[in-house]
Amino acid sequence: MATDLSTAAPEEIGIGDYQYGFHDSTENYTFKSRKGLDREMVEQISAMKKEPAWMRDFRLEAYDIFLSKPMPSWGGDLSHLDFQDIHYYMKASDRQEQSWDDVPDDIRKTYDRLGIPEAEKKYLAGVKAQYESEVVYGSLQEDLAKKGVVFTDTDSAIRDYPELVREHFGTVIPSFDNKFAALNSAVWSGGSFIYVPKGVEIEFPLQAYFRINSENMGQFERTLIIVDEGASVHYVEGCTAPTYSSESLHSAVVEIIVKRKARCRYTTIQNWSNNVYNLVTKRAMAYGDSLMEWVDGNLGSKLTMKYPAIYLMEPGARGETLSIAFAGAGQHQDAGAKMVHCAPNTSSRIISKSISKSGGRASYRGLVKVEAHATGCKSNVVCDALILDPESRSDTYPYIEIEQEHVAIEHEASVSKIAEEQLLYLMSRGMTEAEASAMIVTGFIEPLVKELPMEYAVEMNRLIELQMEGSVG
Amino acid sequence: MTASLKINDLHVSVEGLPILRGVSLEIRQGEIHALMGPNGSGKSTLAYTLVGHPKYEITQGSIEIDGTPLNELDACQRARLGLFLAFQYPVVIPGVKVADFLRHAITNIRNPNRKEGEGLIPMREFRKELKAMMDELGMDGEFARRYLNEGFSGGEKKRMEILQLAMLKPRFAVLDETDSGLDSDAVRVVSEGLRKLAGPEMGVLIITHHERLLEYNVPQFTHVMLAGKIVETGDASLARELHNEGYSKVRLRHPEEAAEEAARAQGRAAEPAGV
Repeated sequence: MATDLSTAAPEEIGIGDYQYGFHDSTENYTFKSRKGLDREMVEQISAMKKEPAWMRDFRLEAYDIFLSKPMPSWGGDLSHLDFQDIHYYMKASDRQEQSWDDVPDDIRKTYDRLGIPEAEKKYLAGVKAQYESEVVYGSLQEDLAKKGVVFTDTDSAIRDYPELVREHFGTVIPSFDNKFAALNSAVWSGGSFIYVPKGVEIEFPLQAYFRINSENMGQFERTLIIVDEGASVHYVEGCTAPTYSSESLHSAVVEIIVKRKARCRYTTIQNWSNNVYNLVTKRAMAYGDSLMEWVDGNLGSKLTMKYPAIYLMEPGARGETLSIAFAGAGQHQDAGAKMVHCAPNTSSRIISKSISKSGGRASYRGLVKVEAHATGCKSNVVCDALILDPESRSDTYPYIEIEQEHVAIEHEASVSKIAEEQLLYLMSRGMTEAEASAMIVTGFIEPLVKELPMEYAVEMNRLIELQMEGSVG
Repeated sequence: MTASLKINDLHVSVEGLPILRGVSLEIRQGEIHALMGPNGSGKSTLAYTLVGHPKYEITQGSIEIDGTPLNELDACQRARLGLFLAFQYPVVIPGVKVADFLRHAITNIRNPNRKEGEGLIPMREFRKELKAMMDELGMDGEFARRYLNEGFSGGEKKRMEILQLAMLKPRFAVLDETDSGLDSDAVRVVSEGLRKLAGPEMGVLIITHHERLLEYNVPQFTHVMLAGKIVETGDASLARELHNEGYSKVRLRHPEEAAEEAARAQGRAAEPAGV
């Protein structure tokens, strides 16, 4: 019979089965900032990084914008987020290494536990491992480097590719875009810089792995990806953090430029611990006949507010966002997508699947916008929500702004519960109630998971199963 | 030793409404029983109660397999004891591939003490077995890669049930109108499938309106249900008689149950629309 939630021990109902909640000592850190944010902190971060003046000015201007913007009143509950209770910069080790053997023991062991070095050997073309504020390990396959592919951390890129960075940095997401974009612009550190030269197609994914270790940590990576004409890349990011009773903040900015006939796929498997605010701005500009795809999996965090955007800038550009959100106890996933059709004959597709259980809340928030001169555009939006119990919640906020008559826009939304008949059917074939629920949930997201490379599909299913394990009421 | 599925004085209510009013029946491994009766007599209620549908509440009586009481067991535990229901209306499970589902199911049924998360039966072995079984039932191998019952025709769904029956090899199988809604070719396929599967190791309860399934799988016992009771038990000739002549003679022979049946029908008609 069903587990009685009121009497079951926590381990029986799946609370505390987050696997990555461990943490390392921070004693040997090279630098720990005090808590709190002010102008001096921004200047200190810039000075430590020995940045050029333009970047220092960019940060300070962004800081002023951050102060001038009110907190968003929509989306999730941000009332407990205290900007003065956060460490804005932490450096765990002195330098970035090219060999895992050189990475400090504690940190290397952490990445071992996360399986990154193993994945690197098997199926990755390059890796960046960011620990707190800085990237501690980086690699890129030699043949790709020879072809002119750049995969480095954004701090190094400012030194090594100053013109390329300065030309694009902050052009896709200006500091004034929103409060958290401004915050990131002021205090950013780390993140990936990728340049794929014309016509170069990278077969295996490049992966970045973001790890928060300290309590009350703020991680603000800044990623810039430029895919030149006819080139292609698949970038994957993963993220985890220790479980603490106090909150941490992750607020990234990701800017992507996909030039003519290029392709970029950006896959996120977000698995932050349940005390992390995850407030991220991601946007791509897709030019003529290019393809930009976001595959956005949100499983962790306390609150996620993230709506990866694609601006379709020239005819023939295509944008696609596949979004999977899983909200468990104490979690709110406010996720979705934005598609802005700025040019004629552009097309977009959004597929969103959300699952909420044990009082979790999953919201789809999306925008499809077609500008006045953009004739002949097509957009298709499908949002499906699965609610596993009466305590959980799902909402859909679809916004459509059309300034043009000659377009084809489709929107479908569905909300479902696991039907008693489905559970009975699977249980009558020998599945336990928990197995049956997990199987139904896995099936629900299958259409998205099958889009992932095999290794990530396996990982996604494993994470979903962990979330579901023994959790049936 | 042959095991038996024993149903003793079973009373069942659905949402407080009594449907079964004292059903007793014993099925031994190797026997085929037919259960017939007019619409609303409680045949499907018996099937759902046996499999453990939580909506069907046993108010009195018991179900046992080989002396183990089932009343307090859920559908999963019952399945692992060797009970199988071929559903009249198999549900769609979107995104779950037939092969993945079956591999999971078989692993659990064959290792009834398996804990969640423990390994599944080896892929190679499973695939070989599945392919052999699908060949035998004349099913296209492509079935295994489809999502469970999604977009299946009526006949395909029923064949899917028979495939599951074949793979899970239960000790007791209940077939709830597995022949309904099928054209005659499909009925033949399903009937032949069942005939291949039923044997000395399997006790079968066939719930049907029709005779075709019984032509291929001749029952030793035919039971007739009326208003929540088994009112008559005979052999295969009783099934033929009911098929040819309908239930009017049965009603005449059992006026009390016939009256109850009429009262139930009236009660349903008197309910406000939409309830």
